[in-house]
Amino acid sequence: MDLCDYAAYQLAWMIKRKQVSASEVLESTLKRIAIVDGIPGQLDGDISAEPDKIHAFISLTAERARLQAQRIDQAIRAGEEVGVLAGVPFTVKDIFCVEGTLTTAASRILSNFIAPYTATPVARAEEAGGIMLGKVNLDEFTFGSSNESSAYQPSPRNPWNTSRVPGGSSGGSAAAVASGEGCLSIGTDTAGSIRQPAAFCGVVGVKPTYGRVSRYGLIAFGSSLDCPGPVARNVSDAALLLQVMSGVDPHDSTTANLPVPDYVTDLEKPIRGWRVGLSPDYFRLTYVNSESGELEQQPIPEEYRQAIYRVAGRLAEMGADIVEDVPMPHTKYSIPAYFVISRVEAASNLHRYDGVKYGYRTQQPVKDLREMYRKTRGEGFGLQPKLRILMGMYVSAAQYSEQYYLRALRVRTLIRRDFETIFDPNGKYRLHALLTPTTPTTAFPIAQVYGDSVLMQFADQLTVAANHAGVPAISFPCGFDPDGLPYGAQLIGPDFSEDRLLRLARNYEIVTESDQWRKRFPPILNNLPN
Amino acid sequence: MITPELFEHLVELAALELSSQEAEYLRQELNHQLNALQELVAIPLDDSIPPALHGVSYAAEIRPPIREDEWLPSPHVEEILNQAPELDERYIVVPDIPHQDLE
Repeated sequence: MDLCDYAAYQLAWMIKRKQVSASEVLESTLKRIAIVDGIPGQLDGDISAEPDKIHAFISLTAERARLQAQRIDQAIRAGEEVGVLAGVPFTVKDIFCVEGTLTTAASRILSNFIAPYTATPVARAEEAGGIMLGKVNLDEFTFGSSNESSAYQPSPRNPWNTSRVPGGSSGGSAAAVASGEGCLSIGTDTAGSIRQPAAFCGVVGVKPTYGRVSRYGLIAFGSSLDCPGPVARNVSDAALLLQVMSGVDPHDSTTANLPVPDYVTDLEKPIRGWRVGLSPDYFRLTYVNSESGELEQQPIPEEYRQAIYRVAGRLAEMGADIVEDVPMPHTKYSIPAYFVISRVEAASNLHRYDGVKYGYRTQQPVKDLREMYRKTRGEGFGLQPKLRILMGMYVSAAQYSEQYYLRALRVRTLIRRDFETIFDPNGKYRLHALLTPTTPTTAFPIAQVYGDSVLMQFADQLTVAANHAGVPAISFPCGFDPDGLPYGAQLIGPDFSEDRLLRLARNYEIVTESDQWRKRFPPILNNLPN
Repeated sequence: MITPELFEHLVELAALELSSQEAEYLRQELNHQLNALQELVAIPLDDSIPPALHGVSYAAEIRPPIREDEWLPSPHVEEILNQAPELDERYIVVPDIPHQDLE
């Protein structure tokens, strides 16, 4: 075990006590990156290059990180007060602005954009002493569930099996954390984009309540759905980063003006009597029949169902009450509603990329401004942003918006009411949290789904309802499938209940601490050179 | 169903220049997605159900106060201007803007 494999909270503790320096931790992490990551993603890169490497990064900012680590070490030597993340290396999904760094959104259209300021969640992690290692890959503008749509190739691969996708859109974040390329990463979740890759890569991911973490400096996709959140190797580290990132921000008027609870201190307190629900609506998968357009249902894989029921059993051992047959009847409409709402918001947000003030501009001769727009956007955007722009414009057009957009917003009310009903402290169910699988399957093979935009969207069907409803959720590892790929369990709670979700997940870690499956590491970490 | 004519109209509104190969893929995927929306259109919805623009309701007590409408200087004017694809001193240059004579 190298320094870069330690937990963030352990490293922060050791660095503060001068048992190890921030610079030593950084060099261990940079060495790991040099061994496992391979070439970074690049424009017009070869998708099949170095198939046994991780390729999490778009830009590694090692010198910037070295300066940060030296400053932390100097401060500690001088006896100055340092933050809770002092010396802890972390990566940032390349959808956040970080001052002076290339900030691409994994798109050609921003391939030359240097951010002039830093996003609030990243700034807070740096103020707490975190060492920003660089920017990690994602689906272009976060539009995807596999990272294959990135304009920067090769795109990230799954550390548990590099022929599989890492999930998406925060795939670079999850793959990096799982491989020891930084203990923590800051990702974003619009339909499951933190939780799904966390599940696929066997790490912990939190989608906070909408408004808990500022979106200032986040390149927008679905402005009513986007949530920045932490990716970590364990629940305590996720709690530590969430603590630092959360809270009201004068630069984002949708942040909630609510005090941030202490997510860390009470993590290991008991959960006796807490009510955890299981819903049959989260154990069946819904797909659209592409011929008839009708929704068809099938059960999730039996081994996956058993894995989640085992989680329920272990939580019960810790004193939780398990409540079965909780109805979530509108879950099946989450994806159709998302197809409309997210596309309208994406199209609106993508109109700003026009080749005038910043970013890519076509190099072809043009006769006027409109032709410049068309060529710039045609060359600068990949297929997935184009698809979202066109769909968003269609479903919000005057003659269709009643039928599609307004309807989807009303269905969103029904999805929200499902959650309000089960979490109502005076209602029939009175749940503290709902326990579900995070994903319909474990990590799928590269190239198996990409290109079929409908099937890819259904990868988010167990996560997206929480985004519609705004409620918080956490994904954490809970074992492996017969192919050795991680299963993810998800806990969803009422508004601003991150503290309870983290405590439940930490209790699960405690009760499973000596399980055999916990002793597994991604094969890419076997036989590392000294 | 998005016909080739309607698709062309959407592409024009979206200010996108597409290759024929891209156009074929995108129109096919749009129609697949519209198929996935048929169920949404079929859900019985009571007139009393309001639209939700956000999941979390913004009760007044958790809304942050509105900022003062104050002018704040940016420390990065030059860096921001220098990101423009074409600059003439402090002016951002664009190609001719289509216009019609008023005479």
